[in-house]
Amino acid sequence: MNILVCITSVPDTTSKISFSDNDTKFVSAGITFIIGPYDDYALARAVELKEAAGSGNITVFHVGEADSEPVIRKALAIGADDAVRVNSVAKDGYFVADQIAAYAKTKSFDLILMGKESIDFNSGIVHGLVGELLGIPSISPVMKLNINGNEATMEKEIEGGKETLQASLPLVLGCQEPIAEWKIPSMRGIMSARTKPLQVIEPTSFSSGLEFEKYELPTPRTNCKMISDSQVEELVTLLKSEAKVI
Amino acid sequence: MSVLIFLETTDNQIKKSSLEALVYGRTIASRSGGSVTAVVAGNPSNLSEAASHGASSVMQISDSRFSQNDTQAFAEALSEAANQKSASLIVMAKSVFSDSIVPKLSSIWKAGAATNVVSLPESDANFSVKRSIFTGKAFEAMKLTSERKIVSIKKNAVAVSLAPAAGEVVAFQPSVSSKAFSIRTVSTEKATGEILLSDAEIVVSGGRGLKGPENWGLVTDLAKVLGAATGCSKPVSDLHWRPHHEHVGQTGIKVSPNLYIAIGISGAIQHVAGISSSKVIVAINKDPEAPIFKAATYGIVGDAFDVVPKLTQALRNSL
Repeated sequence: MNILVCITSVPDTTSKISFSDNDTKFVSAGITFIIGPYDDYALARAVELKEAAGSGNITVFHVGEADSEPVIRKALAIGADDAVRVNSVAKDGYFVADQIAAYAKTKSFDLILMGKESIDFNSGIVHGLVGELLGIPSISPVMKLNINGNEATMEKEIEGGKETLQASLPLVLGCQEPIAEWKIPSMRGIMSARTKPLQVIEPTSFSSGLEFEKYELPTPRTNCKMISDSQVEELVTLLKSEAKVI
Repeated sequence: MSVLIFLETTDNQIKKSSLEALVYGRTIASRSGGSVTAVVAGNPSNLSEAASHGASSVMQISDSRFSQNDTQAFAEALSEAANQKSASLIVMAKSVFSDSIVPKLSSIWKAGAATNVVSLPESDANFSVKRSIFTGKAFEAMKLTSERKIVSIKKNAVAVSLAPAAGEVVAFQPSVSSKAFSIRTVSTEKATGEILLSDAEIVVSGGRGLKGPENWGLVTDLAKVLGAATGCSKPVSDLHWRPHHEHVGQTGIKVSPNLYIAIGISGAIQHVAGISSSKVIVAINKDPEAPIFKAATYGIVGDAFDVVPKLTQALRNSL
């Protein structure tokens, strides 16, 4: 089984977000970058599937500049066999999908896994676009994945519940918990990751229908109005007549 | 510009968030006098709301295969409908279902797509919209420059208002490809009668301050009085006190209700990110320094085991 796992490098979930240059640049100073949390679930499941099958190969795919290599090395330490980095800023979801599809066309993957969305730009369109570009089905958000021969059985989240689905490989899947538990790299994994192959390729040409303009931070809420714990009736009155939400 | 709006249904009802999408699309169409067409599958009991909220026509899919919610089939159907109506914009409410339709439709219909949108475009020519990014921690303004455009709207970004239109219902039989319905649905589990967290007007959530799953009655009793959905913080779902699908936050469900009540939740930045677009936030926590009070509109410092039952009773008396 050959699995391609696409990962993003995103600010740690505890990060405070700020912008510079007239709100056109994200300030990365002081930010710790991690494997996208949803991508990390996808990677963990890929490692489990390979272990269960006893054979196969996991390739990690990332679009980003050289400073994201520690994140790629971490994915290799968790259990991927080799990695490909497209040497470019991830301009938008269309750009990333084009890069993944262009690479995947040159190989033959049974599964292309990624998170259901990145937690920085939250577009959530990459898995669907890759499926269309490759002409294979895409499913998201997948919460459980089992492979039997050429058949995949999946649990997919639907509103207010879940659905069990079956489809034949190859597939593109957007993943989320509880598909697997995040894996912490072992010392042996970290050592071996240093020598695993990491190929750097240049992006394919591309044009998108999107144009970034600027960032904006939400306006902070005005001071919280405190109510004494012995006056809960006052809260009811405020919700009714001031906030008008009940 | 002529606009097509996809109306999603749940429990045989057009969702309120889809009516928000309809109002969004109607507002853009009215700037230039374009047509407003709604597309719906099945026969929802509140179908007349499409007309009352401004749809000049409603394309109704009766093909029962569409009840499977196959995203490929819906993407192909919406593309065909938009071409029939010469629409240049397709609008839908952001949801776990539409999230998978948007990229497929973008590819099939050859349109640029913006998801998570919270504002109307500047104008038809300058289609600059604001999207929620960094999971609620920031926004970006971006322009759709493609000729055809797709927008998915974040819940509660649009105020719903009536604008009666003809809303003539026309049968629509999409001609889908062999790729549609290729994924087999083995079984479906769906809670019925429960209020959907992502679509709820009011959400009551509990955190570790509730000390254990046996105390969840505090949350559910309050939710019942308010007709609210229930949620929880990440530690609570990690501890398996509550199911994963109730986890509200950056890596869980993002909510934007009118009223969010956080009980015994300290307000970690990841939790606040998932609730930041709520209209009003009430925090109940015994620690006056808890960061949740910085995100809240109203706060009570006190013991949840004392305050929440009193609040539930006070609401019961007054609603």
